[in-house]
Amino acid sequence: MTVTQQKLANVFDVKDLNVYYGSALAVKNVTMAIPERQITAFIGPSGCGKSTVLRCFNRTNDLIPGARVEGKLTYHGKDLYAPNVDPVSVRRRIGMVFQKPNPFPKTIYDNVAYGPRVLGMKVNLDEVVETCLKKAALWDEVKDKLRDSGQSLSGGQQQRLCIARALAVKPDVILMDEPCSALDPISTRRIEELMKELKRDYTIVIVTHNMQQASRVSDMTAFFSVELQGSHRVGELMEYDRTEVIFNSPVKEATRDYVEGRFG
Amino acid sequence: MTATTTDTTTDVVIEKQMNASRFLDIGFVRATLGLAVLAGIVLFLVIEETVKAAWPAIQQYGLAFLWTTRWNPVEDIYGVLPQIYGTFMTTLVALIFAIPLGIGTAIFLTEDFAPRWVRTPIAFAIELIVAIPSVVLGLWGIFVLVPAVRPVFRWLNETMQWFPLFGGPPPRGPSILLVGLILSIMICPIIISITRSTFESLPRNLRDGALALGATRWETILTVMIPAGLSGIVSSIMLAMGRALGETMVSAMLVGNANRINISLMQPGSTITALIASQFGEAGRLQVSALMYAGVVLMVVALLINILAELIIRKFQNV
Amino acid sequence: MTTLQETDLDLSSASISPLRNYTGKVLTVLSGVFVAIIVIPLAIVLWDVAKEGVHRLNWQTLTQTRFPPPGLSEGGFGHAIVGTLMVLATAATLSFPFGVLAAVYLSEFGRGSKLAYFVKFSCNVLTGVPAIICGLFAYAVAVQGRGFSAFSGGVALAVLMLPIVIRSTEEALLLVPQDLRLASIGIGSTRFQTTMRIVLPTAAPGIVTGLILALARSAGEAAPLLFTAFNNNFWSTNLFGPVATLPVMTYFFAIIPYRPQQELAWAGALVLLAIVLIASLISRFVVYKTKL
Repeated sequence: MTVTQQKLANVFDVKDLNVYYGSALAVKNVTMAIPERQITAFIGPSGCGKSTVLRCFNRTNDLIPGARVEGKLTYHGKDLYAPNVDPVSVRRRIGMVFQKPNPFPKTIYDNVAYGPRVLGMKVNLDEVVETCLKKAALWDEVKDKLRDSGQSLSGGQQQRLCIARALAVKPDVILMDEPCSALDPISTRRIEELMKELKRDYTIVIVTHNMQQASRVSDMTAFFSVELQGSHRVGELMEYDRTEVIFNSPVKEATRDYVEGRFG
Repeated sequence: MTATTTDTTTDVVIEKQMNASRFLDIGFVRATLGLAVLAGIVLFLVIEETVKAAWPAIQQYGLAFLWTTRWNPVEDIYGVLPQIYGTFMTTLVALIFAIPLGIGTAIFLTEDFAPRWVRTPIAFAIELIVAIPSVVLGLWGIFVLVPAVRPVFRWLNETMQWFPLFGGPPPRGPSILLVGLILSIMICPIIISITRSTFESLPRNLRDGALALGATRWETILTVMIPAGLSGIVSSIMLAMGRALGETMVSAMLVGNANRINISLMQPGSTITALIASQFGEAGRLQVSALMYAGVVLMVVALLINILAELIIRKFQNV
Repeated sequence: MTTLQETDLDLSSASISPLRNYTGKVLTVLSGVFVAIIVIPLAIVLWDVAKEGVHRLNWQTLTQTRFPPPGLSEGGFGHAIVGTLMVLATAATLSFPFGVLAAVYLSEFGRGSKLAYFVKFSCNVLTGVPAIICGLFAYAVAVQGRGFSAFSGGVALAVLMLPIVIRSTEEALLLVPQDLRLASIGIGSTRFQTTMRIVLPTAAPGIVTGLILALARSAGEAAPLLFTAFNNNFWSTNLFGPVATLPVMTYFFAIIPYRPQQELAWAGALVLLAIVLIASLISRFVVYKTKL
């Protein structure tokens, strides 16, 4: 298919996206295109809705009662919120890594094998486990203790295990919601290196509160800001461009203030 | 295995498909929903079936059932005032003892009076009291407690003959008072556990605030903790009351099953539950219905108490 | 700056007025006495039941399958143990899958909904319905016109256990971290798969403990069985006929004036007590383990 040949084809196209929780508007006016096999970072102050938007991409927002989406969000040209779309299938294609490492209370092996098993994938599980742990740069550390509990690993290792687990179902996108916020600097550095490795095969969207991280790893950066509307906060996409543009010559004042640390 | 991610994009399928996995998922969620609804309905089924079975007696005897005192299966004349009196008095006795005991113990267990190694076994012991089958307590009551309390009851009866609640002929043991005493031990754990969790759920700074003002530990408990936890304490007492009203075996074995009103607590009496337990086995048709009617009376009271307690808990604890 | 008096710095308990101190001490002693008043009867009951129960708790009593006729002493309560098991098995079959799945809805799919609120309210009120009323209900639906049966006893106990099963299962499910559900769903597993493979296994120790406790508690219930399972002097494995059960036997033999029967009642009481004690210890142990 042509999509796969073109470099920098868009995986996601977002147009005029508004997200509501109940009747309250949470994020407004998001329009952006996420390029394939690049790392796109969402930055911005807390409450700006960057995680909310991220969660729209694999419809994990559906799990929050009252969450509602307006506007258009396409994935490889297909409307993600069309009534005939099965959110479960969406999540199989678009993996997610969460803020806090959340391995299952199972062995390391079973954690990685979980996805292929529930999806009934006809694969050699041993092979998949090894490949995914290697891709997640965890194999050398755990190859002798695959039967140990995934929860016995250190925080950084757990997070890489969660990445391996997400890779095992062969997604083409990996969403990361502040994946390093619970980790120490050394583990953070390892995850960042890992992301750069992974972008050869995967599209990565990462939410981070750490601007250095965004500037270190990402190709594209989206800056979200927050404004007070009455008593509640509404997030908004201020500026979206290549990372060097956002950090060196942003167009908008708010973006400049934020990346130069003058915000708040 | 080479990176297969490149070719997976060629078959992007995110549309709903009616495959087995999706079918199972929807079926599963609907099944749990159905069972949850059914679980909510069970209470109403219980009410409906019991009232239906009691209906012939309700029509026959009407509300007079509640204030007449004869229970005569031979002539099919039924009234449950003695049982209502007995149920009320056994519960009252139980609460009079259980309320201070329960609240005192709850304070002892929450307020860091004793080190953990003392509190843990006590908490376990209290859990065990709940677990003891009431028929075992009834058995123990008949063979151990009745002979043990008889001299005490006789002495009280002699020295306080002028006091209606202690008067009457020399007591043998089985009596409203005896049942009330055992019930008080049985319902204490209910008061303790709910009062305890109420105290624990109170904001820590409430207590610290009072202590910081120089109040002693007990002043803090009496003036801050108990008023702040009052809703929990009240609902715990109501749940305990519901339990005491409905307790069957201890009453059936120790109340004496006398179908008349004895004002004196030292004398045999009856309760609604004891009446049902002792008569149901060999009851005739209208008698079964009359016993069902007695059950309905008990159920209505228990339901009202529990609903009220539940509303209080929900209102104040935002469960 | 005001100068401090020597007495202001007296931080010993003597600085609190004697009356406040005294009252506090009295109340402390009093609450200790209250604890003793509750705990001592428990110790006495346990001791007496153990002492009286062991007389007849022998192999013959456990294996003989007919009650002794009045005044005679041969026989035992093996058939009452089997009867109790039949009633409990029926109750478990009816209430466990029902209760656990209903709790799955309350915790996993309907959390916070009006329906969940209603179901929980209704179940909590059902917990307060006296056990004997559950017996009356089972009599009305399963005995009238059909006769006493082990099955109807199971129905009565199932009604008794259902709200307990639901509540304890829901509590166990709520302890499962939300992160685990998200992780599973994020991979693309369905709600069914997430529940079956992640949520229920993670909560399993808590759920099983709750089920054991519910079963053990209802094993000792006599009131709902009096006019459902009724009683049987002889061996019977007919699910739709009357069977003997330990609690009902204990009741009947406690109120008749024959020594051999009374001894059987004590032995039955000891068995019942052992069941609930062991179940409580197991649950304590599991709860302790999972909290570590």
